[in-house]
Amino acid sequence: MKTSAPAGALNSKKTLVDVLKSNIGFFYILPWLIGFLVFKLYPFGSSLIYSFSDFNLHKGITEWGLMNYQEAFTSSKITTALSTTFKYAFITVPLKLAFALFIAYILNFKIKGVNFFRTAYYIPSILGGSVAISVLWKAIFRDEGLVNTALGFFGIEGPSWLSDPGYALFIICFLRVWQFGSAMVIFLAALKAIPEDLYEAATIDGASKWKQFFSITLPLLTPVIFYNLITQICQAFQEFNGPYIITQGGPRNSTTLISLLVYNYGFKQNDFGMASALAWIMFIIVLVFTAAAFLSQKYWVYYGDEGK
Amino acid sequence: MTVRARNHIATFLKYVVLIAVGFVMIYPLLWMIGATFKTNNEIFSGIGIFPKNPTLQGYIDALNNYGGDIDILRSMINTYSYVIPKVLFTVISSLVTAYGFGRFNFKGKNFFFALMLCMLFLPQVVLNVPQYLLFNNFGWVDSQWYAALIIPTLFATESYFIFMLVQFMRGVPRDLDEAAQIDGCNSFQTLCKVIAPMLSPALISVALFQFMWSSNDFMGPLLYVKTPQRYPAALFVKLSMDADSGFAWNRVLAVSVISILPSLIVFFLAQNKFVDGISAGSVKG
Repeated sequence: MKTSAPAGALNSKKTLVDVLKSNIGFFYILPWLIGFLVFKLYPFGSSLIYSFSDFNLHKGITEWGLMNYQEAFTSSKITTALSTTFKYAFITVPLKLAFALFIAYILNFKIKGVNFFRTAYYIPSILGGSVAISVLWKAIFRDEGLVNTALGFFGIEGPSWLSDPGYALFIICFLRVWQFGSAMVIFLAALKAIPEDLYEAATIDGASKWKQFFSITLPLLTPVIFYNLITQICQAFQEFNGPYIITQGGPRNSTTLISLLVYNYGFKQNDFGMASALAWIMFIIVLVFTAAAFLSQKYWVYYGDEGK
Repeated sequence: MTVRARNHIATFLKYVVLIAVGFVMIYPLLWMIGATFKTNNEIFSGIGIFPKNPTLQGYIDALNNYGGDIDILRSMINTYSYVIPKVLFTVISSLVTAYGFGRFNFKGKNFFFALMLCMLFLPQVVLNVPQYLLFNNFGWVDSQWYAALIIPTLFATESYFIFMLVQFMRGVPRDLDEAAQIDGCNSFQTLCKVIAPMLSPALISVALFQFMWSSNDFMGPLLYVKTPQRYPAALFVKLSMDADSGFAWNRVLAVSVISILPSLIVFFLAQNKFVDGISAGSVKG
C-alpha cells in the first residue's frame, strides 16, 4: 500500500483501481457502516440534542436549555427511579454472577448428567425475556399465587409480594437472577479450557481445593468474569420488560426503573426532550461503570502470556 | 473421617445443591405447563404439577377469539412473519460484515472495528426516541410488513453477532481462502463457497439467538406495532393477561405456553448450538 502513492503520480488511473482493490474489505463492511450511521450514530447524537430541548411530538421545540436535566435531579420521581435502578443493578449483577460461577464450578466436576443440569439451568435464560415468563411470574407471586399457596401449607400467611413496595423490587430482581444460565454457560466453557495439569501440579505441591480455586481457577477466569460483568451491567441498567409487564412500575413506584420513565415520558406523554435527557443520564451511568471496569482491569484481570 | 468418606460427602453435597437450584429453575416452568391443563379453581388450590382432573378447557379458551381483531394463532403468524426475515437478514448482513473485518485490511479498519465493538455497550434505550422519530418519518411505524423491525437487520446492527462470527472466522485457515483464489474465485465467491460453509455451525448459532431474541422481543413491537390485527404474540399475551388476570388463569397461562412453544421446540432441537455460540463469543477472544 505504501508504494501506491508515488506510483499514483505516474498513473493515477491504475492507482484508483489499486486503491479500490486493496480496500475491498471496506465494501464488505459498508452495509454495517450505513446501518451504524443511520440507526446508531444519528439517533445517538440527536437524542443528546433533544435532551436540551422541550421537544414534543405535537408542539415541536419551543425552548432550549438545561431544564430537563435540572428537573431530573430535583424531581423526586426521577431521583427515586435512579436509585431504584442502582438498587436493581447492585442486587442482580453480583447475585447473577455469583450463582453462575458457583453452579458452573460445581458442574465442572465430573458430575453425572451434566448435560441435563446445564439444559435445566439454561432454559430460563432463553425464555426469561418473553412476556410469557412475566405472566408466569405474576401467577407465582400474586396474592393467591403459587408461593403463597405453598407457604399456606406451613400455616404462614405470605405477604402481597407484588403490591407491597418492600417486596416488589426483589421479585423483579429474582426474575433476572433466575436467568443466570447464559453467564453460567460462559463460565463453564472457560472452566473447561483450564488445563488439567495445572491442578495436578498443584495437588502434588499439596495445595488444598480452596487454595487451588483461589490461585488457579479464579485468576484464569478473570477475563470471563470481566466479560460477564460488563454485559450484565449493560443489561441490568436497561431492564424494562419485567417491571413494565409484572408491576407497571408500582406499587408506589417501587419498581419504576429509569427505562420505564424513558418510555413513559417519551411514548406516553410525548415529552421527547425529557425522555432523551433521562436516556442520556442512564447512558452516562452505564458508561461510568463500564469505564471503571475497563480501567480496573489491570488490577484484577489476568490475561495469560499473550497479553490480550 | 477418611478421605474417601469426605469425598463421598462432598459429592453428595454437590448433587444436593445442583438439584435444589435446578428445582427452582425448572419447577415454575413445569408448574405452568401443568396449570394449563387444570380447571381454574384448581390452579391456585395446590402446588402440584399434575392436574387432578385434566381438562383442555384452558387451551380451548385460549384458541377462541377474544372478540377483537386478533387471536393467539393470528398473533403467532404475525410474530414469525417478521422473526424469520429478521433471522435471515441478520445472518447474511453479519456474515458479510464479519468477512470484511476478519479477512481484509483496509484504511480505518481498526477504527471501524473498535466502533463496532463500542456498539455492544450502547444501551438501546438511548436510541429509542430518535429511532422512533426517524422510523416515523420513513413511514415505518405500524407498517404492514413490520419495516421498523425488519429493515435495520439488513445492516448488521447487532455487534454481538459480528463479533462472534469474526471470532469463529479466526479458526478457519487462511490457506483455504488462498486455495480458492488460486482456483479463480473472487473474494465474494470465496465468501460464498469457502467461508460460509466452514462457518455454518456459527451461522446457525447466530440464527438461533436472533430467533429467540426476536421472538421474545417486547419493546420493538410495543413501539412499532399499533394495529391490533398486526399484534405479535408478545403483545397479544400481554393483552390477554391484562384482560383476564384474576379470572381465567388457565386461559392466560395456556396462551403463554402456546406463545413460547416454538421457542422451546427450537431450543430442545438445537441446545448444543446455543452453548457453542455463547461460549465462542466470549471465551475465544
